[in-house]
Amino acid sequence: MNDIKVSARDVQVWYADNHAIKDVSVEIEDKTVTAFIGPSGCGKSTFLRCINRMNDTIDICRVEGDILLDGEDIYDPQVDPVQLRAKVGMVFQKPNPFPKSIYDNVAYGPRIHGLASGRSELDAVVEKSLRRAALWDEVKDRLNASGTGLSGGQQQRLCIARAVATEPEVLLMDEPASALDPIATAQIEELIDELREKFAVVIVTHSMQQAARVSQKTAFFHLGNLVEYGETSQIFTNPVDPRTESYITGRIG
Amino acid sequence: MNVSILSVIVLGLSVLGFFLARRRALSKVNGKAYKLHSRPIYYGQVVFLFTAVPALLVLALWLFIQPIAIERQVSAEIPASAIPKGSTPQLVMSDVRRIAGGIDAMLHAGNITKAEFNDMSVDTTSIRSQLASVGIALGADVTPAVFEAAKSYRNMKNVGHTAMAAVVLVVALAGLLLSLARITPAQRARNIAEHFILALLIGASLVAILTTLGIVLSLLFETIHFFRIYPARDFFLSLTWNPQFRGGSDLGMIPLLWGTLYISLVALVVAVPVGMLIAIYLAEYAGKNLRSFAKPAIEVLAGIPTIVYGLFALITVGPFIRDWIAVPTGLGNSSSSVLTAGLVMGIMLIPFVSSLSDDIINAVPQSLRDGSYGLGATRSETIKKVILPAALPGVVGAILLAASRAIGETMIVVMGAGAAARLDLNPLEAMTTVTVKIVSQLTGDTEFASPETLVAFALGLTLFIFTLALNVLALYIVRKYREQYE
Repeated sequence: MNDIKVSARDVQVWYADNHAIKDVSVEIEDKTVTAFIGPSGCGKSTFLRCINRMNDTIDICRVEGDILLDGEDIYDPQVDPVQLRAKVGMVFQKPNPFPKSIYDNVAYGPRIHGLASGRSELDAVVEKSLRRAALWDEVKDRLNASGTGLSGGQQQRLCIARAVATEPEVLLMDEPASALDPIATAQIEELIDELREKFAVVIVTHSMQQAARVSQKTAFFHLGNLVEYGETSQIFTNPVDPRTESYITGRIG
Repeated sequence: MNVSILSVIVLGLSVLGFFLARRRALSKVNGKAYKLHSRPIYYGQVVFLFTAVPALLVLALWLFIQPIAIERQVSAEIPASAIPKGSTPQLVMSDVRRIAGGIDAMLHAGNITKAEFNDMSVDTTSIRSQLASVGIALGADVTPAVFEAAKSYRNMKNVGHTAMAAVVLVVALAGLLLSLARITPAQRARNIAEHFILALLIGASLVAILTTLGIVLSLLFETIHFFRIYPARDFFLSLTWNPQFRGGSDLGMIPLLWGTLYISLVALVVAVPVGMLIAIYLAEYAGKNLRSFAKPAIEVLAGIPTIVYGLFALITVGPFIRDWIAVPTGLGNSSSSVLTAGLVMGIMLIPFVSSLSDDIINAVPQSLRDGSYGLGATRSETIKKVILPAALPGVVGAILLAASRAIGETMIVVMGAGAAARLDLNPLEAMTTVTVKIVSQLTGDTEFASPETLVAFALGLTLFIFTLALNVLALYIVRKYREQYE
């Protein structure tokens, strides 16, 4: 049993009058891949974005309840969301490399947060991050080429490298493979499994096979409620809630 | 026949052709539209286009060519002896045109009848006083040669117009009948109509291109003229600008070019930082409500006529700079200065920079902002390190567009910086620009063929090439920027 990394209690989210997340309580373990599954609009992405307070950038969004990271409330007024996001990294659905060189993309976070002093240290951080994202061998000869010139799968791995370069503790992934072809998807999934050794990984996915392949824990969301949360093997083979069963067998969603 | 009535008739024929063609196409297949190659409406379109377009083109060409042809014909008829000393054939021709117009007016007003007019000759009637009664004042009595020329001018004009009406109608009818006759069920009417319209679209874009070409050529010819009578080396390299009425002027463009660049530079130094800061505020920080109010409010600046900015420079900014900066520092005592014109022009340019940059910054995808925030960057770090670099090429394009506006500006310079050509670094001195000198050289009293006047064309061409190069550069940069995302 791993330590609890993120603990959410009775989280409610409103977009203006729309109650998007209702009473969600969940405990996310460290060094584990947790998958959020559920039909479109069920709130899984919204909940993911609560964990690094990305919803703060949306004016009409309101969050209630407690989310604790290592026992500390991340919605405490003392907490700076900017610092929080350095600890809770995020990878988005569509690859979004900056229109800069590959090197500068990866070095972006370390430079901002002052994680490396001097060029050689920064070089080391960039190489380590690119290796972790399984991209190093493909780009080591063209680190000064533009990040936007890579293929879709490479771009997404570049974004993962960029996220891990800031040494986060939790890595949030919002459908990281949905814009990629099957081969690139397989590479990303393999990568996620390796990333588990260092981080708590939370992944939102539409593909149930993907959730079954990469995750140890699965949470099923439906209409803003957390319906069921447990071991992935148990959720997929022996779900408790009838709604989970219908979704997994393809009857709803 | 009147031109507008003629066009209405042509259009009426075309509409008639449209309906006839549709009916004819349908009747060829006994009303079974599916047996036609194209839908019936396309058969109508083909006939409409073939009736209207050639006829209207002939009409337009005729209107363009007829005056030139008649002019040439009539001026050939005037004997050299009929041209008084000190006058030119052009002046005589303008008399001819006015007499012809005057006769038309008299006939129209009923002062004389057709028969009276036919009997009219210089010996029997005082044409000058008769023309004066319908408001045509002539400088001298009409000579027989000129009067005869005027008569034949009138004649040719009338004949020409009648011929034009006839030809246009024949062309329209021929188009109508021929295209109607060619309707068969297998005719590829849709393709024909689409090709025809495509040709029209290409023709329309050619108009714009040819106009640019025409502008360049007209400038070019006069410029070549100028360089025949004034050495190009002096024009490009001489450091003095000193036109003289008597001739023997120094017409070096460098002081003017320097003034243009200096004033534009001051304007950009004002407009670019302010405009960029406005754009960043509007795009990244301002709330929706404030933005929807502030952006149009700033754009109002772009709608103010430049002459009004000029007034502002002349009566407010100029004296202010003189009294509070120039005189206390002892750097000048003129209320016209580079700084005045530059400042005011900079204010004029602010909306160009801010509005375009705002659009460009807004076009940076939200995903890049999310990516940056997701890595723990603050808003200002995101703007500085992600958004501005991504928007930079577009912003540079916006700045270059503003620069070419500044280089072409005239009114603010006349009223803000004066008209003295000077090669000087002091921003508190009066200076002037290429555009101002173009105006003053062309509106001067010197002869048109003198270098003092023709220099305006050389200056205009230089300026044109300059701003064209800037615009091409701006377009190139903006296009490159478009490839950045997606």
